[in-house]
Amino acid sequence: MMRWWPVFLRNLLVWRKLAIPSLVGNIAEPLMWLVAFGYGFGALVGTVQLGGEQVPYILFLASGSICMSAMQAATFEALYSAFSRMHVQKTWDSIMNAPIGLRDVLLAEMLWAAFKSLFTVTAILGVVFALGIARTPLMLLGLPILLLTGVTFSCIALIFNALAKGYDFFTYYFTLFLTPMMFLSGVFFPRDSLPAVLRHVSDWLPLTQAVELVRPLFQGHWPANAYEHLAVLALYAVVAWRIALKLTQRRFRN
Amino acid sequence: MLATPFLECKQLSKRYGDSTVVENLSFAIHPGECLGVIGPNGAGKTTTLRMCLGLTAPDSGSVQAFGLNMPFDAHAIKAQLGVVSQFDSLDPDFTCAENLMVYGRYFRMKSADIRARIPELLEFAALSHKASAKPGQLSGGMRRRLGLARALINDPRLLLLDEPTTGLDPQARHLMWERLQQLMQKGKSILLTTHFMDEAERLCDRLLVIDHGKKIAEGPPRALIKEHLESDVIEVYGGDATALSQGPLRALAQRVEVSGETVFFYTHSAGPLLQALATDHTIRTLHRPANLEDLFLKLTGRQIREEG
Repeated sequence: MMRWWPVFLRNLLVWRKLAIPSLVGNIAEPLMWLVAFGYGFGALVGTVQLGGEQVPYILFLASGSICMSAMQAATFEALYSAFSRMHVQKTWDSIMNAPIGLRDVLLAEMLWAAFKSLFTVTAILGVVFALGIARTPLMLLGLPILLLTGVTFSCIALIFNALAKGYDFFTYYFTLFLTPMMFLSGVFFPRDSLPAVLRHVSDWLPLTQAVELVRPLFQGHWPANAYEHLAVLALYAVVAWRIALKLTQRRFRN
Repeated sequence: MLATPFLECKQLSKRYGDSTVVENLSFAIHPGECLGVIGPNGAGKTTTLRMCLGLTAPDSGSVQAFGLNMPFDAHAIKAQLGVVSQFDSLDPDFTCAENLMVYGRYFRMKSADIRARIPELLEFAALSHKASAKPGQLSGGMRRRLGLARALINDPRLLLLDEPTTGLDPQARHLMWERLQQLMQKGKSILLTTHFMDEAERLCDRLLVIDHGKKIAEGPPRALIKEHLESDVIEVYGGDATALSQGPLRALAQRVEVSGETVFFYTHSAGPLLQALATDHTIRTLHRPANLEDLFLKLTGRQIREEG
């Protein structure tokens, strides 16, 4: 029973009205990052040593930041947009007056946020391909991994959505979790340069798993420990989903 | 024997921490009936509605509708209900027509079936000319009527309306009443909560008065007034009106209440009292039949509630 589908479709229809500006944002933003950092910074750095291979910095950055974009796109949607539908517009309440339960509404929000992040990373992938930063068929395998990354980060964000009293609360999540994670997961620089303690923390971060999977694919070869990374990422998703569901049910019980 | 009720709540109770919001509340709505639930703010009206919808789980008691049980058959029950909640929950990003379309899909209706119903529903809501407008461009009354039209998308047998006319101007309120009466003529059953006693008296076949989560009276509006009140009320104000409540005139009324600077005499025969009052030219009087508002104030008291 796909009771979540009409809710997902609702979000899709709203978004379709804003798709053009949203598409521009989705392509222009990563393009600027890649040009400014990749070419500008890349000229200073040159190449990065990765497992005995010299990788151009722009490829290193593109493969890391596409994971970061998946994380951010899913997070924004499952925090700010979901919160405004849940709390401000009372859209969830009106949906639950119809034969659709809270679990299905939450599932729809989660899948929607993941879909939106997939849309964003597909646009970035197109840019990366068009600029010739990476051109290997293996890149396409990055898409399902990035979708899973979107799912994982939607689930985590929905935990904070369930706890939020207002939009301000999300600043904690961004400042205390997401920003440090960006710097610890090897998006901008190799994790080898981290102090040992941070390196150990980094090994278990969800974003690290995504980067470790996607970057080798962009380089044109199969990632090391692929199943372990996938399993950790999926475990985060499952645990976070269960917590988010429990907390959301608690929020709506009253 | 009465037909099986559409909705029946038995001994519902709900506590939040130390406070009991609904206590041992039982009531039923029969086919074709309009039941009004009235009570001060915080009396438990909205919580009761939420329990009827399976959104809040009662601590004890049961809710049955159309022969099905909440919350187990929640989806099957809600498929036959139309709900208008107290707060505006229309989709601000969609036009009026799209709001109906999207809402119909929540009931698993086919797009073609929904599309076929939209013109009729917009006309019912007096919004045919606003099909392409978004809720933000509508007046409060229009938004409320769109909410009602949306609740009718699945052709429900029973409507649950939480304060459907709060905040509307008199024109919009009268139009809403007219529409609700049309629905009743078509055989829809309605449960509505309201703060407006004229609305309750005009629309409802039967009233349920609740306070502090408990049922304190139940019955048809006129019968309740007759049962609990004297036939006439004389309001006296101006001059030294409040002193009258302690004076000899008190004997001419069955009951006397003072609220602020106004004295209310409740009596079965207004004549002698009006005669006596006519001699005092410093005061002003208003003679009227006892109404539902008097009943409400008698049963729930005149003091403002903290929640209000």
